[in-house]
Amino acid sequence: MSVPLTLLGLLEREPSHGYDLKRDYDAFFGRGKPLPFGQVYSTLSRLARDGKVVISDVAPGSGPDRKRYVITDVGATEVEQWLTQPVDPEPHLQTVLFAKVVLALMLDRPAAEYLDTQRSAHLHRMRELTEIKRAGSLVDALLADHGLYHLEADLRWIEMTGARLDALRKEVRP
Amino acid sequence: MSVVIEARNVEFSFGQTPALRGASVAVEAGEILAVMGPSGSGKSTLLHCLAGILVPDSGEILFDGARVHAMAETERSSLRRDRFGFVFQFGQLVPELTAVENVALPLLLSGVHRKRALPKASAWFSRLGLDGLEQRRSGELSGGQAQRVALARGLVAEPQVLFADEPTGALDSLTGEQVMDLLVGAAREQGTTVILVTHEPRIAAYADREVMVRDGRVNAPDRIAS
Ligand SMILES: Nc1ncnc2c1ncn2[C@@H]1O[C@H](COP(=O)(O)OP(=O)(O)OP(=O)(O)O)[C@@H](O)[C@H]1O
Ligand SMILES: [Mg+2]
Repeated sequence: MSVPLTLLGLLEREPSHGYDLKRDYDAFFGRGKPLPFGQVYSTLSRLARDGKVVISDVAPGSGPDRKRYVITDVGATEVEQWLTQPVDPEPHLQTVLFAKVVLALMLDRPAAEYLDTQRSAHLHRMRELTEIKRAGSLVDALLADHGLYHLEADLRWIEMTGARLDALRKEVRP
Repeated sequence: MSVVIEARNVEFSFGQTPALRGASVAVEAGEILAVMGPSGSGKSTLLHCLAGILVPDSGEILFDGARVHAMAETERSSLRRDRFGFVFQFGQLVPELTAVENVALPLLLSGVHRKRALPKASAWFSRLGLDGLEQRRSGELSGGQAQRVALARGLVAEPQVLFADEPTGALDSLTGEQVMDLLVGAAREQGTTVILVTHEPRIAAYADREVMVRDGRVNAPDRIAS
């Protein structure tokens, strides 16, 4: 699960304080594994160092949460690229796919198109594995099958999610 | 590569129910194309329009340069008989005929003499692992065996295009994949173009390319560079 990109994505909705980012991260992506504050701030300062966010204003007083973070063009471009490019089709990427779908809906991006792109990347990989299966030994075939069944599971998830995007949009964009 | 069969902006309704709303797809000679998409999206209707079984309300079907949508029924039926092959979800073998007669049927229908048709049909039995089953009737075959017989029938006349609608839909995964393996092997060997309707990704993965049908339209994903 990509914490920096997810935080950047959340920042693209609106400039936010670290606390708000943590709250939204935990609500949508944490799933019982809250992000430690320390990790939020260390991630944000790395993002600032790399020019992907800037600090817009600092409230008086002390403590880390005085700062409000704003995404830069560099940061926005990175989010855009992450959302648009298909993830390398490998087993167990549901959580990454999930985060991309939810963020795409939050940001009013074409989530269905991203899912289509992902489906076609998955099918492309499945064709390669099927070729290996048809040409190779039984051991090759069984290894290829292992990959194929996992990719198929992802694809089923993609179908189900694609069919329920409207409902999901209502839940993540109240 | 050249396009052998193509639908251009095809619309088709069953009474008030629109099934295709401007579907376009082009298939290259020798290509194996998977047609995917949700139930009711129009996959079978598209296949039937391409194969000249249904005539579009508007739009064009082009096969080998010929305007299929404008043909008379007799012309379309000889096209289906002489140039196309078919495999469906449930083999749809003729129960009164033996397995080998079923396979020979397309040859017999296009006027090939029994003496030539039956040996040609028999040759498919060993090729598809069906040795010894030539004289069985369809009720005496397992689902997988019947489907392989149906596949042999679809390919025996060396059609230019094989239309397959969920050809593995009634089979378990392993048997389904064996049928696909044989289908792809045989189609490649004789250069047959295949249009394969399936909603199963593992079956679609035997094709060269997939298109998605949604709400009666076709969207082809951009090809991903290998
Ligand atoms: N003979 C028919 N009479 C009336 N409506 C039909 C007929 N055949 C199909 N339809 C309708 O046309 C639409 C497209 O059907 P089609 O059979 O092409 O879908 P499909 O994608 O092949 O679905 P499935 O995956 O379930 O086979 C559907 O709304 C269906 O209800
Ligand atoms: Mg159908």
